[in-house]
Amino acid sequence: MINVLKIVVACFVFCTGIYAHEGHNHQHPSTTTTTTQNNGQTTNHDNTLNNSQDHSTHDHSTHSHQGHDLAAHTDCGHDSHSEFKADETAFHHISDLNVYSIGPWNFPLPCILYSKDQGWSFFSSSKFDIDNHHHGSGNKAVDRYALNMGRVMRIIDASFPMGEVSVQGFTTAETEVDGKKKEINYVCANGQKYELEKTSSVDGGLFGGGFTSFYDFSITKNVFAMLLVIGFMSILFLGMASAYRRKPSTAPTGSQKLFEPIILFLQDEVAKPFIGAKYERFMPLLLAIFFFILSLNLFGQIPFFGGANVTGNLAVTMVLAIIVFIVVNLNGNKHYWEHILWMPGIPAWVKTLITPIEILGVFIKPVTLMLRLFANITAGHIVIIIFISLIFIFGKAGAEPGAAYGASVASVLLALFISAIELLVAFIQAYVFTLLTASYIGAATEEHHHPEKNHH
Amino acid sequence: MNLLFIISWIEFSPIKPEVGLLFWSTVVFSIFWLVIGKLAFKPIIKALNDRSNTIQESLDAANRAKEEMKNLQSENERIMSEAREEKMRIIKEAKDAANSIVNDAKDKAKEEAQRITINAKNEIENAKMAALVDVKNQVGTMATDIAEKIIRRNLANDASHQEYVKKLVDEVKMN
Repeated sequence: MINVLKIVVACFVFCTGIYAHEGHNHQHPSTTTTTTQNNGQTTNHDNTLNNSQDHSTHDHSTHSHQGHDLAAHTDCGHDSHSEFKADETAFHHISDLNVYSIGPWNFPLPCILYSKDQGWSFFSSSKFDIDNHHHGSGNKAVDRYALNMGRVMRIIDASFPMGEVSVQGFTTAETEVDGKKKEINYVCANGQKYELEKTSSVDGGLFGGGFTSFYDFSITKNVFAMLLVIGFMSILFLGMASAYRRKPSTAPTGSQKLFEPIILFLQDEVAKPFIGAKYERFMPLLLAIFFFILSLNLFGQIPFFGGANVTGNLAVTMVLAIIVFIVVNLNGNKHYWEHILWMPGIPAWVKTLITPIEILGVFIKPVTLMLRLFANITAGHIVIIIFISLIFIFGKAGAEPGAAYGASVASVLLALFISAIELLVAFIQAYVFTLLTASYIGAATEEHHHPEKNHH
Repeated sequence: MNLLFIISWIEFSPIKPEVGLLFWSTVVFSIFWLVIGKLAFKPIIKALNDRSNTIQESLDAANRAKEEMKNLQSENERIMSEAREEKMRIIKEAKDAANSIVNDAKDKAKEEAQRITINAKNEIENAKMAALVDVKNQVGTMATDIAEKIIRRNLANDASHQEYVKKLVDEVKMN
C-alpha cells in the first residue's frame, strides 16, 4: 500500500520535473539531447549527438581530440542559466559519494583507488579542491582521477598528465551504444574534453555499470556512515554485554532497557518459531542483520545529516543477501537438498518440472531479500527528497518566490507524513529481512521425522 | 516520455553494486556478525536466558513456599482448634471434679454433724437417764429414808409399806 503510494507520487513528481524540463527545451526546438555542466546548469547542443557518436566509434586509448576541439571548447566554456531538476537532485542525494555533504558543506573523505595501470592511490578527496557550492565537484584532477558531482571518476586518456591539474568543469552527453542509451561524462581541462569512466560495479552491465579500468575502495559516504553507525552499535552492544557480565542478577538499566525487549522479541517471536531447537546458533546472525539494517535505516532518516542511503544501496543489500544465501545453504540438511533436487512423494515426471523451479528458488529467495530492502529504502529517500523539491519546482528555482512559499507548506506536511511512514518502514524492513532469513534457515535445517505431519 | 526512459539516462547509481562498497559492506557486516556476535550478542542472549530461567525458578520456588505455607497454616489451625477443645474439656472436667468434691465434703460434713449431734443427744439422754436414775435412786433412798423415819415412827419395818413405796418410786420412773 505504502509502496503503491510512493510509486504514484514518484511518477507524479517525475512528470512534473519532466514538464518543467520540456518547457525549457522549447527555447531550443532543434535539440535532441541535453548536457549538464558542473554547476547543475543545463545547456543544449545541436552537435552533442555527433560528438558522442564520434566517441563511441573511436578507440579511447589512442583517442585524439583534434577532430572536435572546437566542439569541446564550446562545451566547456559555455555558461547558461540554471535550472532545477528534482529527479537529478534526488538521484544525487541517494548516491554513494566521495564527499560527505551536510548542508552547504562538503567534508572530504579518504580516497583509496586502484587501477591496473597506476596501481594504488591514497589521498583525501580534499585534494580535488571540492567546490562547496555545486554538489561537490572537484576543481582539480589528481593522478588522472577527477571528482564529478561527488564521485571519483577516472580519465581514460593516457595522455592526461599525472599529478594535480586544474579542471574547468564537467559535461555529460548521451550516446547510443548497441541500441542502448548511455551517458558519458567528460571533464574539461586545458580547453579539451576528456572522457571519464565510472568505478567498477558488478551489475554485469544490467543497470549501465560493469567493470572499468579502476576500483574505488574509498571510505565513501556510505562506508563512512556504516563505520560510524556500526561502530556506535558495536560499542553499545559490547557495553551491554559487559553490564550483563558484571551484574547478571540486577534489573536492566540504560540501553539494556531499550534493546532487551527487541532482542527477546527476535528470539521468542522470530528465531524460536522459525528455526526451532537450534535457534541459538543463528541468533548472532539474526541480531546482526536486524540491528545493521535498522540502525542504518534510521541513520539515513536523520534530516540535515547527509541522508546516507546505505541500506538503499544494492551493494549493501547484496552483501547481506549473499551472506544469508551462504549460511542457509551451508546449513541445509539432507531433507532440504532432497526437497530441492528430487522432491519425495510426487510422480517422476512432475519432479522434472519441480526441480528446476526449486533450484531457481534457491537463488530467487536471496535476490528478493536484496531487492526488497533496496527498493523500500531508496524509494523512501526519493519520495522525501522529491517532496522537498516541490518547493523549488513550483518556485522555478527562486524565480517565483510566492509559489515556493505556497508549495513549501504543502511539501513540508507531505514530507513529514512520509518521514513518519519511513520510520515505520525502517523497522518493518529490518524485521522482514530478519524474519525471512530465519524462515529460510528454518526451512534448510528442519528435521522431517514425520513428513506426513508437515502437510498439515 | 515514460519513466523507464528517464531512469535510463539519469545516473541512478545506488542500483550499481560498486566493488568498493561491496568490499566494505562485507568487512563491516562480517565484523558486526562474527566479532560483535561472539563478544556481545552471545553473552547478552546467554545472560537473558539465564535470567529468565532464574526468574522462572524463583517463581516456582515462591509458589512452592506459598503452597507449603498454606499447608502449614491449615495444620496450625487444626492444632489450635484441637487445643481449644482440649482446654474446654479439661476445664469442664475440673469443674465437675471440684463440684463433686465440694458436694462430697458437704455430705460428709452433714453426716458428721448429724452423727455428732446424735451422739451428743444420746450422751445427753444417757447422762440424763443416769442422772434421773441417780436422782430417782437418791430420791427413793431419800424418800425411803424419810418414809422409814416416818414409818419407824409409825410402823417400824412394815414390809407391806416398803413394797408400796417401791411401787410408788417405779411409777415416778414412768414419768
